[in-house]
Amino acid sequence: MTTTRLFGKAIKRKEDPALIAGTGRYVEDVRLPGELSAIFVRSPYARAGVNSIDTSAALEMPGVHAVYTIEDVRHLGSLLAQVPVGTLKPLLADGQIRHVGEAVAMVVGDDKYLARDAADAVEVDYDPMDAAVDLEDAATDRITVHDASNVIHTWEAGDSDGCAEAFGRDDVVVVERKMVNQRLIPVPIEPRAVLAEWNPGYGTVNLWSTTQIPHALAGAIATTFGLDANDVRVIAPEVGGGFGCKLNVYPDEILCTFASKMLGSPVRWTETRREAAVSTIQGRGWVATAKIAATREGDIVAYELAGLADMGAYSQNFTIAIPVLGQFTAPGQYDIPNVHFKIDCVYTNTPPTDAYRGAGRPEAAYYLERSVDALAADLDMDPAELRRRNYVKPEDFPFTTKVGMVMDSGQYAATLDRLLEMADVQGLRAEQTEAREKGRYLGIGLTTYVENCGLAPSAMFEGGFSWAGYGLPSAFNESATVRANPDGSVTVVTGTGPTGQGHETTWAQIASDTLGVPFDRVKVRHGDTHDSPMGIGTFGSRSAAVGGPAVARAAGRVQEKAARIAAHMLEAAAEDIRFEDGKAFVAGSPEQSVDWDNLVATAYQQYQLPEGLEAGLEDVAFFDPTNATWPYGAHMAVVEVDPETGDVELLRYLAVDDCGTVINPMIVAGQVQGGIAQGIGQAMFEEAVYDEQGSLLTSSLADYPIPTAADMPSFEMDMTVTPTDANPLGVKGIGEAGTIGSAQTIVAAVLDALRPLGVETIDMPLRPKRVWQAIQDVGQGGEG
Amino acid sequence: MQVGLTVNGRPVSVEVEPRTLLVHLIRENLHLTGTHVGCETSYCGACTVLVDGTTIKSCTMLAVQAEGAEITTIEGLADDGQLHPVQEGFWERHGLQCGFCTPGMIMSAVGLLADNPDPSEDEIRHGIDGNLCRCTGYHNIVRAIEYAAAKMRGDTPAPAEWEEVPA
Repeated sequence: MTTTRLFGKAIKRKEDPALIAGTGRYVEDVRLPGELSAIFVRSPYARAGVNSIDTSAALEMPGVHAVYTIEDVRHLGSLLAQVPVGTLKPLLADGQIRHVGEAVAMVVGDDKYLARDAADAVEVDYDPMDAAVDLEDAATDRITVHDASNVIHTWEAGDSDGCAEAFGRDDVVVVERKMVNQRLIPVPIEPRAVLAEWNPGYGTVNLWSTTQIPHALAGAIATTFGLDANDVRVIAPEVGGGFGCKLNVYPDEILCTFASKMLGSPVRWTETRREAAVSTIQGRGWVATAKIAATREGDIVAYELAGLADMGAYSQNFTIAIPVLGQFTAPGQYDIPNVHFKIDCVYTNTPPTDAYRGAGRPEAAYYLERSVDALAADLDMDPAELRRRNYVKPEDFPFTTKVGMVMDSGQYAATLDRLLEMADVQGLRAEQTEAREKGRYLGIGLTTYVENCGLAPSAMFEGGFSWAGYGLPSAFNESATVRANPDGSVTVVTGTGPTGQGHETTWAQIASDTLGVPFDRVKVRHGDTHDSPMGIGTFGSRSAAVGGPAVARAAGRVQEKAARIAAHMLEAAAEDIRFEDGKAFVAGSPEQSVDWDNLVATAYQQYQLPEGLEAGLEDVAFFDPTNATWPYGAHMAVVEVDPETGDVELLRYLAVDDCGTVINPMIVAGQVQGGIAQGIGQAMFEEAVYDEQGSLLTSSLADYPIPTAADMPSFEMDMTVTPTDANPLGVKGIGEAGTIGSAQTIVAAVLDALRPLGVETIDMPLRPKRVWQAIQDVGQGGEG
Repeated sequence: MQVGLTVNGRPVSVEVEPRTLLVHLIRENLHLTGTHVGCETSYCGACTVLVDGTTIKSCTMLAVQAEGAEITTIEGLADDGQLHPVQEGFWERHGLQCGFCTPGMIMSAVGLLADNPDPSEDEIRHGIDGNLCRCTGYHNIVRAIEYAAAKMRGDTPAPAEWEEVPA
C-alpha cells in the first residue's frame, strides 16, 4: 500500500482481522490460573433498611472462599468520583438500600455456578420503605434519598430576567411545553467485566476491566488502596461498546481488587444482562419545560429551559455534571438574544445516572428543537426557514453564546441546504398530500443540532470537573508515544480508550502519513496504563480532537529527528528531507534517498549519528486544545403512522453532518449511523420504567427493546466539512453527533404525521400504545 | 456428564455439569472464546453458532443437548486462513465497530445465506433481527451481507459507499 496521504481516506480497519476471526481478546477471554468468580447479592427493594445479613449458610457451601459485606470493606471508604458533589456510593450497602439492585454482599467461589448458588443462600433481612421514585415527587423532598434535600445541585446560566421580559412582549408568539426525556439503559452488547490480580510478592495490582478510562481507574485503585500509580496496571483489552456507561469507576472494580488481595487469587466478575440494568449507570431522565418566543416574522427572541434531571441514588463519576453539558449547548445553532437554562439535579431511589452517548446534549437538543418545531407550527412557518432565519451566520464565528461558550465554526445553512437537496422536500410534501388523501399518515421531520465535544480544554474543566477524586491532575489533555522500533516498524501508544471507534486505524493513518512508513508497519497500542503515557480516555467525542493531534505532534517530533539523521546520511539540509513510501529523500531530487529501515537502524547507533543527537527514535507528546469543538448537522426522518394501531414505521432517515476535517470517512459514517440508531432507539422503543416502589420493570432485553436490523432503514447520508481551529488537524469529533441529532427528528416526523389528527405533543418512546393513546386523547381517532 | 460432539471438524469429549450451557462448554472447556455471551437470555445473539448447520443461540442450549452434534463456531469459519466471504464482507464494508456482536452476527449471516443465497435487503434485515448490534445501526452490516451474498453467488459486489483505497 502506498503511504502518501492516508489522511482523509477510507482505509479498512486494522482492528477487524482479529474481531472477525473470533480471536479478539475481551476481558471475559482473559483467563488466569486459579481465578475465582464473584457474584453479588443485590437488593430487591429500592429503599430499605438492612437489619441483618446472614452469610453462614453460604460460607459453609463447598467451593465458597468468602462472603464480604460492608463490615469488611468500610475501611476502604466510598466509591470515588470525578465530580464528588453530593453523596458518593458505598462499596456495599451500609445499613440502608437506596436503589433496587444495590449490592449488599459479594460472594467469591471457585466458579460462577457455585458462587451463584451461594449468593442465593445469603439471608438478608430487609425493612422495606416507600421510595422516592418519581422525579417531580422526589424534588419535593416528601421522601429523601439521603439525610438532606434530594435537590443536590442546580445548574443555571443565562438571563432569567431578559427572558421574562421577552416572553412578556405583546409582539411575540410564545410556545411553552413540558416534555420528558426518559431514562435509558445504555446496553453495550458486551456486559461489564473485571478481573483483578493482586500480587503480594510484587506488591502490584493488575486489573483487566471493560473501561473507557483506564488511567482514571488506575488512579482510583491506587488512591483507594494507598498504592503508588506504578503499582497499579489497568488493562482494557478489546472493549465491546461503552457509550458512556463504561466511563465510570464501579464498586465491583474496587471489590474484586480487594477480594484478590484478601484471598491471594485472581477474582473475576461479569455482570449478567439483567444485572447490568442496575449495576451500571443509566442515562437521561429529564422532566423540563421549554419556553420559546419569536416575532411574527420568525425572529426568536427568547428561549428558556427549566426543570429537573434525575441523578439516581448516588453521585458516581460525572453524575452531577451531566446536565451542564446540556447547558453548554442549550441555545443550539441559534443566535437568540435571551437564553436561560436552569436544571435541578435530583436524587431518586433509582440506580445512578451518568454519561450515556451525548450526555446532556441530546436532552438539550431535544427540548430546543421540539420547541422550534412547535413555534414553526404556531407561526405557520416552514420549519427549515424558521431555523435558517435564526442561525448563527458563518461570518459570526467565533461566536460567544448567551450561556458563555465560544463556538468555533459552522455553516449551518449550507448543511441544511444540502439535506433539503438530498431529500427533495417538495417531492416528499407532494407524496404526503397524496397519501393523506388516501387516508395514510406520512410525516416528515426535520431538525438541526450542534454539539459541544472534544471535551477539553483542561482550563474549562478546572475545579469542579477535575479528576482529583481519583488522585489525578485536573487535566483533559491527551497523549501519545510514537516509537520507531529498531527494525523500522512503528508503534503508537495512545492514552485514549477506544470501544470500537477504530483508533488503531485512524492513529496509524496519521503516523503513517507523517513518517512515510507503510500503514501495515504501524501498530497502535491502547488501554494499558503501563504502556501509555497519561491519558484521560475515550468519551465526549474527544479522541480525534484531543488524542489525534497528540499522535500527530509525537509523530511530527519523530519526523524532525529522523530528518536530521537523514540529512546527515545524505549530506543535505534537514529542512529539505521528505518522507514517503518508506523512504527519506531530498525534496526535488528523490534519487538522493535512504530507506526508512536503514535510517531507523542508524538512529539506534549512537556512533553513526551527528554530534548532539542522541540514539533512539521516539517521542511522547501531550495535547490540550484551545477550545472544545462544535460539530453540527441536519437530520430528516420520514415515517408512516397507522392511526388504528399507533404503529410507527420509519421509512427513510437522512443526515448531513459536519465534524470538521475527516480522517477516515468510512469510520465517520459508521459512527454517525450507530449514533442515529441509538437516538432512534430512544425515540421509538427504549425506556427504563420503574414501578412506584422503585422496582425496575425493564431489566431484560425483552422489556427493554433496543433497535434491531428490521427496525432500521438504510441511512442516506452526506457530510459537509467546516474545520475547527481548536486543533491543528481541524477535526471536531463524531461519536455522539448521530445520537444528539436523531431522537427529536423522529418525534418531529411523527408529530408531522399526526398533525391532521390534532396531536400537538407526545413524549418518547413512541411505542404503538403511546401513539394510539395520543390520538385518542385529542378525541378524533382518524380524519374522515 | 460426558458430552461427545464435533466442534469445527474436531471430535471432542468433555465432562460437564448437567446444567452447563453449550456456550460455556465452547468458551470455557474448549477455550474457543470467539463465541460471546451478551445476555444469557437468547435476545442478543452474540453466542450464535451453527449446530448441524442451523443457527443456534448457544446460551440457551444445554451442552448435553449437543451430544453427537456438529458445531461450527466463528473460529471454524475461515478455510485454511482464507476468510469466509461473510467475514470478508464485514471487513470490506465496515460491518463492525466494537466487534462484540460480530462473531454471532457473522454466524447468523452464514446461516441466512445458506437458506437464501440472494436475499433482498428486507430479507437480510429480518434474517438477522435476532442478533443485536449497538454500534453500527446495522447499515453496514446489511452492506456486508450483501457483499458476501454477491461473492458467494459468483457476482461482483456493489461498490462501497466510499472511495475504496486499493490494497
